[in-house]
Amino acid sequence: MKDIFVSSSPHIHSVEDIPWIMRQVIYALIPGALVGMYFFGLPAAKVIAISVVSCMVIEAITQKFMGRAVTVSDGSAALTGLLLAMNLPAGSPWWLVVLGSLIAVVLGKQVYGGLGNNPFNPALVARVFLLISFPVQMTTWLQPRPFLLKVADTVSGATPLGALKTAMFEHGSIDIVGKLNLMDPFFGNIGGSLGEISAFALIIGGVYLIARRIISWHIPVFFIGTVALMTGIFWVINPNLYANPVFHMLSGGLMLGAIFMATDMVTSPITNKGKIIFAIGCGVITVVIRLWGGYPEGVSFAILIMNAFVSLINKMTRPEKFGVGK
Amino acid sequence: MKTFKGGIHPPENKILVKDNAIVELPLSKVFFVPTQQHLGAPAKPVVNTGDTVKRGQVLTEPMGFVSAAVHAPTSGTVKEITKRVHPVTGLLAPYIIIEADGKDEWAPGLPLERDPFSMTAKELLNIIRLSGIVGMGGATFPTHVKLSPPKDKPIHTFIINGAECEPYLAADYRLMLEQPERIIDGARVVMKVLGLDSAIMAIEANKPDAIRLMQEKTPPEIKVEPMKVKYPQGAEKHLIDALTGRQVPSGGLPMDVGALVHNAGTVAAIWDACALGIPLIERITSVTGQGINQPKNIKVRIGTPLKEVFEFCGGLNDAAKIIFGGPMMGIAQYCEDVPVMKGTSGILVLTEQETNLNSYQSCIACGRCIEACPMRLVPSMLSRLGERSMWKEALDFNLLDCMECGSCTYVCPANRPIVHFVKYLKTLQREAKAKGKEA
Repeated sequence: MKDIFVSSSPHIHSVEDIPWIMRQVIYALIPGALVGMYFFGLPAAKVIAISVVSCMVIEAITQKFMGRAVTVSDGSAALTGLLLAMNLPAGSPWWLVVLGSLIAVVLGKQVYGGLGNNPFNPALVARVFLLISFPVQMTTWLQPRPFLLKVADTVSGATPLGALKTAMFEHGSIDIVGKLNLMDPFFGNIGGSLGEISAFALIIGGVYLIARRIISWHIPVFFIGTVALMTGIFWVINPNLYANPVFHMLSGGLMLGAIFMATDMVTSPITNKGKIIFAIGCGVITVVIRLWGGYPEGVSFAILIMNAFVSLINKMTRPEKFGVGK
Repeated sequence: MKTFKGGIHPPENKILVKDNAIVELPLSKVFFVPTQQHLGAPAKPVVNTGDTVKRGQVLTEPMGFVSAAVHAPTSGTVKEITKRVHPVTGLLAPYIIIEADGKDEWAPGLPLERDPFSMTAKELLNIIRLSGIVGMGGATFPTHVKLSPPKDKPIHTFIINGAECEPYLAADYRLMLEQPERIIDGARVVMKVLGLDSAIMAIEANKPDAIRLMQEKTPPEIKVEPMKVKYPQGAEKHLIDALTGRQVPSGGLPMDVGALVHNAGTVAAIWDACALGIPLIERITSVTGQGINQPKNIKVRIGTPLKEVFEFCGGLNDAAKIIFGGPMMGIAQYCEDVPVMKGTSGILVLTEQETNLNSYQSCIACGRCIEACPMRLVPSMLSRLGERSMWKEALDFNLLDCMECGSCTYVCPANRPIVHFVKYLKTLQREAKAKGKEA
């Protein structure tokens, strides 16, 4: 007889392993990435390609250098690359993308011990690093220019949230919001990061992830819901000073952040109760930054700040074990 | 349909063997009978090398109440009393090796036909105790102990467990289909012992013909309850939760909520003991998996060497793992030189494709283990603590509540051997406790 194997039970395993999960998230990002490429053209495709390839190469080199098993084939580096690209302006120069990849993979992930051990979302660590270090490049937005139709743009060279903040600072009013057709941020015809412009495309991806049971609905729903509720309250109080909740839901990085960044398994709480607390925290911080902070957008900061609370939230929200109730 | 919270849906794979009628394995020439085939105190041999034994003759004397005797599976001579590898612990354990004489003669007075319903509860309980009956679903807890609850914990709910939620296995299913009377009558004996006038027979809904047959055959006082198909539906505590809405308290026993669960096979063995005087010397088990050429449900004597079972089932084919029990909680065997035991609910031969030999990675905190855990623990944390041998901290994470059902490990995308870590931590805890007692 050939050798037989001995190990602890169970002896069978679900087919849903880490590479499978990573593939599903990548599939879910495709609609958003396609919209980015549709409106921003070739530069967007270039940013995605550079980001994915450089994340994978850097991960392989780092793992080799650190004496770890090279796990590029699990798709997690590719996913980090894709997420990073989605969070960058479509016209980012190549060196910015490569630098971002380096930060994401090395500082965001590998120094902590690789996939599973990083406290902060790697792509967001990179994005925020770049935003603070290279504010000009990180806020130079390409004008959305549909691939086939050459339609005049409603917003030129700025994101709706950026324009809102500028208007607030310059004239103390937000009449700009009224001029925006909300169908534009829904389908993606606005300025912004490569992958954040179309709420519709991102929601399709989110529905796929929830249907595939990769993520649960708790974080997206409570994150977006908190933003809607809070901005709604202020809008009701003073619609001349505060933009309406639909505007806030559809613009900026909220959809991308709430569906794809805040739901990163490694850096979000493990129980559903914990996820709700985490998501509400993300929502509150986002609104505070958007309404009163120096930056027009606060989703990335909000998620990173809440990432820091994850182990505390996990501790607070342990499930009640079987056999203590009733 | 009734069920519990948590759990998983692994592929059932029962199709390999579920339609094969029970066949009897030809008598082996030699039997390896472990003296310890139960949970609890050991039993010591009462025969010596060279003794002649008859089928059904008692071989060991239980040392204490929570213990069980073993009996000679056939007639022959005691060739040797020695130590061999035990299929459950993997350690060397005492065995009584019997060379069969081929005559298969019963011990004097056996079988002994009688009417169990004319006996008292006490007499029946004593028969069950002397017959070496243990939980045949795999847990092997002595049955008479479960049937002797203390006065302050009366049993009012008796559940016959025909869930058979482990994938692949179909032995209980065949038993229910082919010998329903043994189960029903055995259940009535248990009801008599406990003084109950009702019982529930729980069967997973993936066995509709067994449910239908049982509904036809059972008297009105035994209610057949179809259960949702979900692993581990047949776990004692979860069966009780699903059927009665009562949760066995943490660290407690089913009797704490007035419930008692017996596997269908155990109940059938109770019938044999009480109505025919036959002790537990054979059982029905599924021999299945892609690694066996002819999957079969067999009636086999306890102590039969695994090799003969495999020969009878057409031999092995690309076997990567040999497992006693089901794929979720079964125990992987080191070799083919182990015998079928009372608790061997299945003999599973898995090929490399069917089983899981991959290495594991860091936890990615996906939370799937928490969703799956029927005990509502945090398995991801237990596995992290296991990596660092931190058993004290693991106690705070309810280490001892884990029943090792394997649901968490099955779903873990990082392929972490969580059950392995739990077993390891429990071992560390036991050792520390034992040391503490010495000091």
